[in-house]
Amino acid sequence: MTKKLQNTTSKTAPLLALAALVLIWYFVCDREIIPAYMLPSPLKVINAFKDNFGVMMKQATVTLQEACYGLLIGIMIAFVIASLMDRFDFLYKALYPLLVVSQTIPTIAIAPLLVLWMGFGMAPKITLVVLTTFFPIAIGLLNGYKSVDNDSINLMRAMGAKRYQIFRYIKIPNALTDFFSGLKISAAYAIVGAVVSEWVGGFEGLGVYMTRVKKAYAFDKMFAVIIFISAISLLLMALVTVLERVSTPWNQKNLNKKR
Amino acid sequence: MEILKAEKINKSFGEKHVLKDVSLSLNEGEIISLLGVSGSGKTTLFNVLSGIYTPDSGKVYLKDKDITGKPGEISYMLQKDLLFPYRKVIDNVCLPLILSGTKKKEARKIAAPLFKTFGLEGTELQYPSQLSGGMRQRAALLRTYLSSHGVALLDEPFSALDTITKSSIHKWYLDVMNEINLSTVFITHDIDEAILLSDRIYILSGAPGTITTEIKIDVPKPRDKDFNLTEEFLNYKRQIVNILHLS
Repeated sequence: MTKKLQNTTSKTAPLLALAALVLIWYFVCDREIIPAYMLPSPLKVINAFKDNFGVMMKQATVTLQEACYGLLIGIMIAFVIASLMDRFDFLYKALYPLLVVSQTIPTIAIAPLLVLWMGFGMAPKITLVVLTTFFPIAIGLLNGYKSVDNDSINLMRAMGAKRYQIFRYIKIPNALTDFFSGLKISAAYAIVGAVVSEWVGGFEGLGVYMTRVKKAYAFDKMFAVIIFISAISLLLMALVTVLERVSTPWNQKNLNKKR
Repeated sequence: MEILKAEKINKSFGEKHVLKDVSLSLNEGEIISLLGVSGSGKTTLFNVLSGIYTPDSGKVYLKDKDITGKPGEISYMLQKDLLFPYRKVIDNVCLPLILSGTKKKEARKIAAPLFKTFGLEGTELQYPSQLSGGMRQRAALLRTYLSSHGVALLDEPFSALDTITKSSIHKWYLDVMNEINLSTVFITHDIDEAILLSDRIYILSGAPGTITTEIKIDVPKPRDKDFNLTEEFLNYKRQIVNILHLS
């Protein structure tokens, strides 16, 4: 009972906070504390959202395609690199610092370079998504692989397990939870990466649409597309959560849900 | 018939000489205990027997086959059950079969009837986290049984359990051992447990650890549940306590 109550509070609290923020926003616009051409009222944004939903959806299919291809390739590269780094210690020592440093390079700085190298098509977008998404996944997998305790590995050896069997039966399932934590972050990065990349150069996608409405000083449409992008990021993260629940049925919280 | 034999095992880690000329033998169907205070090298010996460590000198034989430093022949069970949380109980138990190339379906078929023998009916499709400590140890023992080639090494398997669970699991253990043929090396520091379960007890002591005494527990099995209250039991216990204190 108390638990249920706590759950409801933890779900309603952020909603209340959001409602309060929107109210303040509405109030500020209504009293013209900030002029309407700089900050559109929430009502106008909602209207813009409704009116442009079809257009945004059409642009979103492009952006989502880039994000998903990038994410999938990112997962594959992360899996290969993390697995090799776990298998060969010298690779781990050689690459780990480089991976960390690579994350300090701002996405926005490489995006135009990629456009220059690869043109205005999908290739530079997908590449940017791969670059931003593979790191959290690779780190998650590495942590998962490394957290297998030595007693388990020794027991597997005593039971006659070969190296690849230890990897398949112990390391991979053990890394799944960490993998999904990484994937959740990457899913959000993927959308942002795709949008930023479209922003700096392209013909279609939500990023391009954003630059267009920006040039028209259509602030209400700007806000609408920002909310739209947040929403699809959240949806993608939710999808990952569902995927995690399905593929790690042994986790305590998932077991409790079943009962 | 001798099923497992260790001959003059020596093992050092750097400067530290841990095992010195340790020899022991295990006959088929027998339960022997290695009893010793902590630090006497019990666990090191154990890792040598299972092939995880290679001894500096000495040999380990399984049915006359030299298995020194070769893991994969003899499995073991620790105080930690080491059941893998992401596999259902039956798939944990089947793992050794799957590792040696049996198909999952076949492996499950082999393991299923043993759940009854081990008192684990109904837990097959649960995850380890849903079982109690005692049940998890039972499942771990079943897994060890399925990976053994007739020999199992148990390193203080029941020492993490509370006294009541422990005494009921001892009874269970002896019952199960009556039904299956498993020659066992049992490591413990619990004197009562050693006398209760073993056919013979090796006492390991000193640094470096050597086997100082071998005691035969001449009480037929199955043993009465009040065996640990008899004069005979106490005599064995007195004898062991004296040896452990002298050395």
